[in-house]
Amino acid sequence: MDLFEYQARDLFAKHGVPVLDGEVIDTPEAAAAVTERLGGRAVVKAQVKVGGRGKAGGVKLAADPADAVEKARAILGMDIKGHTVHKVMLAQTADIKEEYYVSFLLDRTNRTFLAMASVQGGVEIEVVAEENPEALAKIAVDAVEGVTPAKAAEIVAAAKFPAEIADQVADVLQKLWVVFVKEDALLVEVNPLVKTGEGKIVALDGKVSLDENADFRQPEHEALEDKAAANPLEAKAKEKGLNYVKLEGEVGIIGNGAGLVMSTLDVVAYAGENHGGVKPANFLDIGGGASAEVMANGLEIILGDPDVKSVFVNVFGGITACDAVANGIVQALELLSSKGEAVTKPLVVRLDGNNAELGRQILTDANHPLVQQVDTMDGAADKAAELAAAK
Amino acid sequence: MAIFLTKDSKVIVQGMTGSEGMKHTRRMLASGTDIVGGVNPRKAGTTVDVDGTEVPVFGSVKEAMAATGADVSVIFVPPAFTKAAVIEAIDAEIGLAVVITEGVPVHDTANFWAYNGQKGNKTRIVGPNCPGLISPGQSNAGIIPADITKAGRIGLVSKSGTLTYQMMYELADIGFSSAVGIGGDPVIGTTHIDALQAFQDDPDTDLIVMIGEIGGDAEERAAAYIKEHITKPVVGYVAGFTAPEGKTMGHAGAIVSGSSGTAQAKKEALEAAGVKVGKTPSETARLARQLIG
Repeated sequence: MDLFEYQARDLFAKHGVPVLDGEVIDTPEAAAAVTERLGGRAVVKAQVKVGGRGKAGGVKLAADPADAVEKARAILGMDIKGHTVHKVMLAQTADIKEEYYVSFLLDRTNRTFLAMASVQGGVEIEVVAEENPEALAKIAVDAVEGVTPAKAAEIVAAAKFPAEIADQVADVLQKLWVVFVKEDALLVEVNPLVKTGEGKIVALDGKVSLDENADFRQPEHEALEDKAAANPLEAKAKEKGLNYVKLEGEVGIIGNGAGLVMSTLDVVAYAGENHGGVKPANFLDIGGGASAEVMANGLEIILGDPDVKSVFVNVFGGITACDAVANGIVQALELLSSKGEAVTKPLVVRLDGNNAELGRQILTDANHPLVQQVDTMDGAADKAAELAAAK
Repeated sequence: MAIFLTKDSKVIVQGMTGSEGMKHTRRMLASGTDIVGGVNPRKAGTTVDVDGTEVPVFGSVKEAMAATGADVSVIFVPPAFTKAAVIEAIDAEIGLAVVITEGVPVHDTANFWAYNGQKGNKTRIVGPNCPGLISPGQSNAGIIPADITKAGRIGLVSKSGTLTYQMMYELADIGFSSAVGIGGDPVIGTTHIDALQAFQDDPDTDLIVMIGEIGGDAEERAAAYIKEHITKPVVGYVAGFTAPEGKTMGHAGAIVSGSSGTAQAKKEALEAAGVKVGKTPSETARLARQLIG
């Protein structure tokens, strides 16, 4: 889960990383009092989870409280690369002398953590990495050892930070590492980390991404979720504990196992090439169990998607037996119609693996007018695409 | 022969007495696995009747190994306790630890992986978030259904559980030396490369099927390894061509970030290394069938 800048700033402050005073607001009028409190001037910053907001006009300096209201009014509601600005952060102004870059992230390739640091901050770090790679220091951080004072000094030296601020930067790195570990982050990035006119090192802007697998020991992270921005179908699926991603197409997909479902999306997209270019409408993994209730929850979400024209249920019975899955489908359809939901979209079902024959027989006997079976994954994908294209 | 797991493997289960652990201990036993014990400090000294087999419960992995000669542990404990369970297995220097648990925080996995390195990598870790591995007719460590296929001459390594089952099913008549589910998390203990290397060295494997998915660069690195070191035929499949950028597709590691981790890049890298890559699981099975003749 990616955080907004103000949320990242709060986490930095919580663990002692130096930040500037600031406050997040969602109405222009609120800007006046906050700016007053911040000393009469403020930087007004759009809160969006996308880079390049400065260039897009999402960061403005306000000279006084009235100006802050105007600037906040201009930025709130703005569209930045498809993201609507619902909140702005007002932050203290800073006398910036230098701009640096520091981050900690997961290095998948080497199965360890990585520190990155550069004295060329304030620009997109990908650009630095591309055009001037020697200016970006990359130092592996052992997950067990962590960022010791010696490791922090190593990072500072590798990035060639000036001697007069070396100790301050090393201290920030150690505190930032605490944020990374204690908050179960996948990324903590400060860009820019600035040196002020007084020679102080301050985190001016930051990015944090959190590991949702750690939610069980991070109860405070739930409040950081941007529920308003979530796709309503994705939000509903999450509530029901389903693994669902909304896509752009017309063929609703239900399957078991992340790999098989990803594969199903691909096979449907290939089949769609022969049927007017229809595409998968979603990713939905109902997991190993696939009980009637889970199947009903899944079907309900997919049938509730107005983009969906046909549904492809693709199940390989590994641990789960296909007869249980077939019963799940039949009961799910009954459950939905008993709730008064008219099921009008055709379902193509492919069952294979453990007890496939039994499962197919159950569906044949149920003889539901909207359900048809195809024995192979490729054949079923083709049928589902054809039905979606015909609608 | 087979890789990592053979008929001589003696298997213990950490978390055996939990509901998932018990269900799968039953299945592993039924498929012929030599289950020699379970580990649960609160139930040490007792035995558990698993469909007529008395399985002793030990207080620690170390005790279980001393008493039974166990060399494999299958770990079913919940995410909050997985790191401690794996570290216990590493400290006991067990040869193979298979971590089935889904939802382990990546900091925990990175930690036990680094710890294993400090201890000299004496333990092969498979997973986490994986179905485990099976050498059909010999032993089954994890949750892969044993009745899909039989022993044969194909080696399979896969990030995905259900695609493993699908592929085993499509090629059931030919059979498998071993099938290894390495898991779809961002950090895993055994990689495609580890399995490719072991299959190359295994005299009972004639062809290797490798299944990948979006995220990271494991497939690209495997492709480079194949080019240099693998002389046996390799057939590949990659899932996730239609996955949008920035969305996690079920597996914690299955995410396209910017332009990296795409299925297209993985397919191209594998093809450049001489791997035949199927467009669908069925086509992949057909390619394997042609090559093994």
